[in-house]
Amino acid sequence: MRIEQRRRFAILGLTAPTYLWLALTIFLPLSVMLYFSFLTVAPIGNREPALTFAQYGAFLDKEFYRFLTWRSVMMGVHVTLGCVLIGYPAALILAHHVPNRWREALFLLIVLPFWSNALVRIFSWTMVLRENGLIDRGLQAIFPDAPSVGILFTYPAIIVGLVHSYLPYMILTCYISLQAIDRSLIEAARSLGASNLAIFRRVLLPLSLPGLLAGMVLVFVPVIGSFMEPRILGGLEGVTLGTVIEDQFTAVFNWPLGAALSFILLAIVLTILAAAYPLLRRNLQPF
Amino acid sequence: MKGLLKSLVSGYLALVLVFLYLPIAVMMVMAFNQSPLYRLPVVWDTVWFEELAGNERLLGASLNSVVLALINAVIATALGTMAALAFARYQFRGKTLLQILLFPPITIPWLIIGTSMLILFFWTGIGRGLHAMLLGHVALSLPYVIVVVGARLKSFGVTLEEAAATLGASPWQVFWRVSAPVMGPGIVAAALFAFAVSFDQFVISYFLAPPGISTLPVEIYSAIRKGFTPEINAISTIIILVSMGLMLLFARFSRFGGER
Repeated sequence: MRIEQRRRFAILGLTAPTYLWLALTIFLPLSVMLYFSFLTVAPIGNREPALTFAQYGAFLDKEFYRFLTWRSVMMGVHVTLGCVLIGYPAALILAHHVPNRWREALFLLIVLPFWSNALVRIFSWTMVLRENGLIDRGLQAIFPDAPSVGILFTYPAIIVGLVHSYLPYMILTCYISLQAIDRSLIEAARSLGASNLAIFRRVLLPLSLPGLLAGMVLVFVPVIGSFMEPRILGGLEGVTLGTVIEDQFTAVFNWPLGAALSFILLAIVLTILAAAYPLLRRNLQPF
Repeated sequence: MKGLLKSLVSGYLALVLVFLYLPIAVMMVMAFNQSPLYRLPVVWDTVWFEELAGNERLLGASLNSVVLALINAVIATALGTMAALAFARYQFRGKTLLQILLFPPITIPWLIIGTSMLILFFWTGIGRGLHAMLLGHVALSLPYVIVVVGARLKSFGVTLEEAAATLGASPWQVFWRVSAPVMGPGIVAAALFAFAVSFDQFVISYFLAPPGISTLPVEIYSAIRKGFTPEINAISTIIILVSMGLMLLFARFSRFGGER
C-alpha cells in the first residue's frame, strides 16, 4: 500500500507541473476564446456583453469570409503540393542515392535554414522576387531584353515563400520513413526482376506513406493559419483568413469576431487532424 | 546511363539546396550592401553593422529574446524532463490521454494559440509582457522536450536504475548518480531545442507584446511593415551564424538524421 501511494505521488508530482502549465496556456485560453466567440462585445471595461450567434452568423452571411476561408484552404493545398513535389524526391535521393559519408552533412545542410529567423527569410524573398530584383537581374544578365517577371505582391509569391519555409519539414518526415526501409527489400524486388518504377510504386512509396502523410499534415496545418507570409509577400492579394483574424486582434479590436473566425479555422484543422490521427499516431511514437 | 542518372540526382539535390539557401544568401549580402534600398549591384560596406551597434531598440529587443529563450529553456527542460521520466518509468491509467494532450501545442496554429492567450491574459489581468510570452513559449517547448528526452530515456532501460536501487541507493541518489548522467545528452539537446523554439517564436510574442516591449522577431515584423532597415539584415547575419553553431552542437548531442 505504501509503495502504491509513493508511486502515485511520484507520477502526480512528475506530470502535474507540465499539465498545469499547459492548462493555463493552451486549454484554458481556448475555452475562454470559445466563450468570447458567442459574445456581442468583449467584456472588457464597462461593456455589457450578451450571448449571441451573430459572430458565426457573420461568417455564414458574408461571402467575403467564405471566400477567404476557401483561399486559405487552397493556399494550404498548393503549398503542401509544392512541398511534396520538391521534398519527396529530395528525401528519396538523400535516403537511397547518396553515399553514406555525404548523407549526414547534406541532411544537416537541409535542416539548417530552419534555424534562421522565419521573418527575415520571408523578407529576403521580397528582394529576390520584386521587379528589378535578383531574379529579374539574373534573367536580364542572360537575355538583355527579357521582360520583368517580378511576382512580388501576387499569390504565387506567397506560395514560393511558404513552400520555402515548410520544405524542411517535408524532407525531414519523408527522409525518416524512407531511410528506415530495409535495403534487402529493394534488392529482393530487383532480383525478382522489378523495374525501378515498379520498385518505387510497390515498395518505396507504400512503406514511406506514413512519413509523407505526416509531412503533409505538418505543412498544411500551419499554412492555413499563416498571416505573416501573406502580408509581407502578398500585398493586396495577401488577404487570408489568417490576416483577417490578426486584424481583429491588433487593428479592429473586434475580439468576438476574431474568436469566432479562429474557431472556424480550428474546426478545419481539427477535422484534418482527426482524419490523419491514426496514421500520425503510428508514425510519431517516440514516447 | 548510370552516369547520367547520377548527375541528374546530384543536380536535383543541388537545386533544392540553392532554393533553400537563396534568401539566406541574399540577406547576408544585403547586410554588407551600402544602399539602404537594396540596390544592385552591391557596394560593399559594413555601415549597417556600425548602425546596429548604436541601435538600442534593436539591441534591447535582442537582449529580451536571449533572456526569454534562456529562462524558457531552463523551465521547459526541467518540467519536460520530469514528465518524460513519468512516461518512461511508470505505467498508469490516463497515460495515453496525457500523451495525446501534448499534440495541441504543436498542431494548433500559433495564430489561434496566440490570440486565445491574449484574450485570457488580458481578461484575467495576467496582462501582456515578457512574463506572458514566457508562459506561452514554455507551453510550445514542452512537447518537444518531452519527445527528445523521452527518446533518450527509451534507449536505456530501467535495469541500471533498478540495479542501483537494489544496491541501496535512495531514489534521489539513483536520479543524480544514474539517471541524470545517462539522460545528459538528451537533456542538453532538449534545452537547445527549447532555446531555439523560443528564440525564433514570433506569432505568440507578437500578440502578447505590449507597446514598448518587444523581442527580436516582433521588432523585425514591425520594421518590415514600416520600412525595413538593413540593420535587421546585419543582426540576422550574426544570429544565423550563432544558430548554425548551436545547431552543430545540437547535432553532436542528439542522433537524429539516421544511422551512423
